[in-house]
Amino acid sequence: MAGVACRVARAGILKTTVPGIITPGTAKFSTLREMTTARKAVAAALGVIGAGGASLVYALNQSVKASDLTLHTANFPWPHDGLFSSFDHASIRRGYEVYKNVCAACHSMKYIAFRNLIGVSHTEDEAKEEAKSVQIPDGPDEEGNMFERPGKLSDYFPNPYANDEAARSANNGALPPDLSYITAARHGGENYIFSLLTGYCDPPAGVSVREGLYYNPYFVGGAIGMAQALYNEVMEYGDGTPATASQMAKDVATFLKWASEPEHDDRKRMSIKVLMIFSLLFGISYYIKRHKWSVLKSRKFAYKPPQ
Amino acid sequence: MAGLVNKVYQSIFRRTSSFVLAAVAGAFMFERGFDMVSDGIFDNVNQGKLWKHIKQRYGQSLEEEE
Repeated sequence: MAGVACRVARAGILKTTVPGIITPGTAKFSTLREMTTARKAVAAALGVIGAGGASLVYALNQSVKASDLTLHTANFPWPHDGLFSSFDHASIRRGYEVYKNVCAACHSMKYIAFRNLIGVSHTEDEAKEEAKSVQIPDGPDEEGNMFERPGKLSDYFPNPYANDEAARSANNGALPPDLSYITAARHGGENYIFSLLTGYCDPPAGVSVREGLYYNPYFVGGAIGMAQALYNEVMEYGDGTPATASQMAKDVATFLKWASEPEHDDRKRMSIKVLMIFSLLFGISYYIKRHKWSVLKSRKFAYKPPQ
Repeated sequence: MAGLVNKVYQSIFRRTSSFVLAAVAGAFMFERGFDMVSDGIFDNVNQGKLWKHIKQRYGQSLEEEE
């Protein structure tokens, strides 16, 4: 064992710190020999040049990107910010109400099913009621005709348009994006959604916006096809929360964040377990390492010349 | 202490059969306890935000409506 370790690691780790004893192993295998001044200077110069080059490349890559006029969103203090912070599920529930009453008029969420709401924002009975309230195209029946039926838990959220072309023609050529994974698909995530929904304003002087478009500084290019959708008291919450525009934007951004990352809570719950178990295992491993190596690190080689 | 260690060794660790049994039972108990502690920490950090903390509100309101 010690012989293998000596060969693998050379003798550096086995080097004794006691002065005066130069063991044969150290003399033969040590990589810590004295460097000459010239070699030191060359190594230092190489290090400086390498570090300088790397930082120059980094600095050039971080140059000011002033090519677009997009306003970057601030980071808002979300309830789910933090290493172990879960979603605010009451907010997800309100956000679903906002989606259903406002966003769903134009935006689809084709990857989210009613069954996904169970245990997150709705009980099973409530989710069944939600599903029943929409008509889902199904078929063909025995005569080959498509028909509509009330939704079931396994149905996905209905699409407001038959296809993308219908959605475009109904919205001045702009396609309302599917919202299933929207916070994962946009820079800034839920911060961007909140800023976009609350950021509508008049265009600044010198900026003209085409007919049918609206000015929003957070949207790339500034001109967005979606009109401002959230106004104070545009709807009512089931739990009585005052439906201000910013409250609705916050709730729907939380809901969309959940839709993009439904595993979010489990991930953070698991991170606690991972940190706990791995710190335990690290402590045990460190103890065993010290225990096993204590013999190797404290022994000394001495050469006794034959008398 | 030494007597206890000796007793444990004689009764559990000495025979492979009882050693394996102790390992399996220990793993089961450790995991149950570990999950209870870590889930407790998570629920405590997120008090009032999780679905299980708020669901009774909605369940009751639904029953009242019916």
